[in-house]
Amino acid sequence: GRTRQFFSRMSQTVQENDTLTEELWDELLESLLAADVGPNTSMWLIDRLRQRAEEEQMRTGSQVQRALREELTSLLDQPSPLRFSKQSPLTVFLVIGVNGSGKTTSIAKMAHLLTREGHKVTLAAADTFRAAAIDQLKVWGERIGVPVISQSPNSDPGAVVYDAIQAALTRGSDVLIVDTAGRLHTKNNLMEELKKLNKIIQKFVPDGPHELLIVIDATTGQNALLQARTFAANIGLTGVIITKIDGTAKGGFAFAVADDLGVPIKFIGTGEKVGDLIPFEPKSFVEALFT
Amino acid sequence: MFESLSKRLEGIFNNLSGQGKLTEEDVNAALREVRIALMEADVNLKVARKFVERVKEKAIGANVMGSLSPAQQVLSIVNEELVEVLGGSDGKNKLDLSGNPPNIIMLVGLQGSGKTTTAAKLANFLTKQGQRPLLVAADMYRPAAVNQLKTLGKQLNIPVYAEQAGADPVDICVHSLDYAREQARNVIILDTAGRLNIDERMMQEVMNIRARLQPQEVLLVADAMTGQEAVRVADDFNQAVSLTGMVLTKMDGDARGGAALSIRSVTGVPIKFMGVGEKTDALEPFYPDRLASRILGMGDVLSLIERA
Ligand SMILES: Nc1nc2c(ncn2[C@@H]2O[C@H](COP(=O)(O)OP(=O)(O)OP(=O)(O)O)[C@@H](O)[C@H]2O)c(=O)[nH]1
Ligand SMILES: Nc1nc2c(ncn2[C@@H]2O[C@H](COP(=O)(O)OP(=O)(O)OP(=O)(O)O)[C@@H](O)[C@H]2O)c(=O)[nH]1
Ligand SMILES: [Mg+2]
Ligand SMILES: [Mg+2]
Repeated sequence: GRTRQFFSRMSQTVQENDTLTEELWDELLESLLAADVGPNTSMWLIDRLRQRAEEEQMRTGSQVQRALREELTSLLDQPSPLRFSKQSPLTVFLVIGVNGSGKTTSIAKMAHLLTREGHKVTLAAADTFRAAAIDQLKVWGERIGVPVISQSPNSDPGAVVYDAIQAALTRGSDVLIVDTAGRLHTKNNLMEELKKLNKIIQKFVPDGPHELLIVIDATTGQNALLQARTFAANIGLTGVIITKIDGTAKGGFAFAVADDLGVPIKFIGTGEKVGDLIPFEPKSFVEALFT
Repeated sequence: MFESLSKRLEGIFNNLSGQGKLTEEDVNAALREVRIALMEADVNLKVARKFVERVKEKAIGANVMGSLSPAQQVLSIVNEELVEVLGGSDGKNKLDLSGNPPNIIMLVGLQGSGKTTTAAKLANFLTKQGQRPLLVAADMYRPAAVNQLKTLGKQLNIPVYAEQAGADPVDICVHSLDYAREQARNVIILDTAGRLNIDERMMQEVMNIRARLQPQEVLLVADAMTGQEAVRVADDFNQAVSLTGMVLTKMDGDARGGAALSIRSVTGVPIKFMGVGEKTDALEPFYPDRLASRILGMGDVLSLIERA
């Protein structure tokens, strides 16, 4: 990838150079920008590195590079597993995000993963708006052998969630994952709808939802931060899933998002198949920028 | 959340008299801010750099006249240049359906960019113009992709050509030609599966469809929220299938849409439409000046300059 080229070119230049030249700092800044880290975070990182270079009397590029890895990694939260309910028999995950980011697919992948870990999962098709969104989740449900609770298109998403909670409890499921319609964070009425879903969940599962996960496409640029902030401000977030990391984009917005929200990234989507979801690992995410 | 560019520029020029010619020093300071603003709007790093160079040439020595402040003067040059790069008035941002009917429009792009929705929107748009479009479901991979297009077709009362699961997308597209003739449809819109630009097998598939069908229009459907990689994605698709245009989707949010500038300047592919909502009528023709103001993060650029 482009980012990859930038960073590996950097590591070459860096090792050959003994002194820390202005060109080196420029190149470092550009490699961050090219990875969608964003002007603010990138400039902050360079300033911080320059300061450290002076304080710690760094002399070689490879020292700076090591420090950059440290700084990047420390912007990300420690990996944290999914949170399950301790009080209620049912754990509820609510999955949200802008249109087309990969919510439905990620839900199928999570359900598959959890099923293999011995959980009994039920899915709620609460995207009643987009054409064939319900069918899409049903196809996944059949493939992975997990029940999907749905109503007819254009029905009330709140009613679907209500139904799904009752059904999950009756069936003895321990995990319910709710698929919601894609919505741009700028649409107030759609944010209100999410708040309602949240309330319905809390009414029946008081300590829920146990995870409020935002799904962000790795190809996204600086808008990712606005998305995360607005969703967080409106209903709160407990985690992030970054999808489509199998493309060439490296998801550099993750640093600003994690730092800004203090919310961990939980999973990485690496493809369109049901097994293409891996738990997030800060070190290897940072490493992927350099290799 | 973005500090307005005009405010930042005013800040830089505060110490100047506000009259006379713009010096290289003034311009450099201002263009640094412009470059940051472009990066915040997701304009590709290299594109932003080149763009700023072009502006610099025009700005140095420019007369600061009338009631324009130096900041406004730089802004107006930046804005003019942006509009120019985005397509100006070259008239290429119209759909070309001048071929022998049925004219074929093929939509390609990354996963989830908005192809299927845009296919329906285009069909709706063309129907209103008196055309008789046919939608073709050529995504055999994504679960319920065919159903999605069928549902949209039904809503719009526009026929959808589809085949059984397991059918080959290239065959489907070829077969749809006969179907269009039988049904007297004069425009065919091909909805292809989302694919990564680096997925060789999937890219070969769209190359095959293009070779067999010879579409009049091959449109890249790109998400307005795309970041730095937009350039590479568009370049790869362009190399594979020779794009004739681009549709920028999800412009109803607050994405600045700098990716469009990157794509336009690197591939030269004109922007033909903007998607501004999820409904099938949320498609607008493309206006370079509107996107320019948006990329600069200032809806008021034009009125500001016009008033001066
Ligand atoms: N390459 C790749 N594609 C993915 C990944 N995750 C999802 N996709 C694809 O992205 C497209 C959109 O995925 P969906 O799961 O439908 O996205 P969504 O967020 O539910 O979309 P809406 O409900 O319409 O808002 C589909 O074509 C998926 O196959 C991933 O990790 N990698
Ligand atoms: N807000 C908004 N949403 C849009 C727009 N265009 C498409 N969408 C939404 O984006 C999501 C993805 O759209 P699709 O048409 O399924 O995208 P696609 O490119 O066909 O996806 P794949 O076939 O999986 O690659 C859906 O939720 C659409 O409703 C737009 O202009 N504005
Ligand atoms: Mg979905
Ligand atoms: Mg589609």
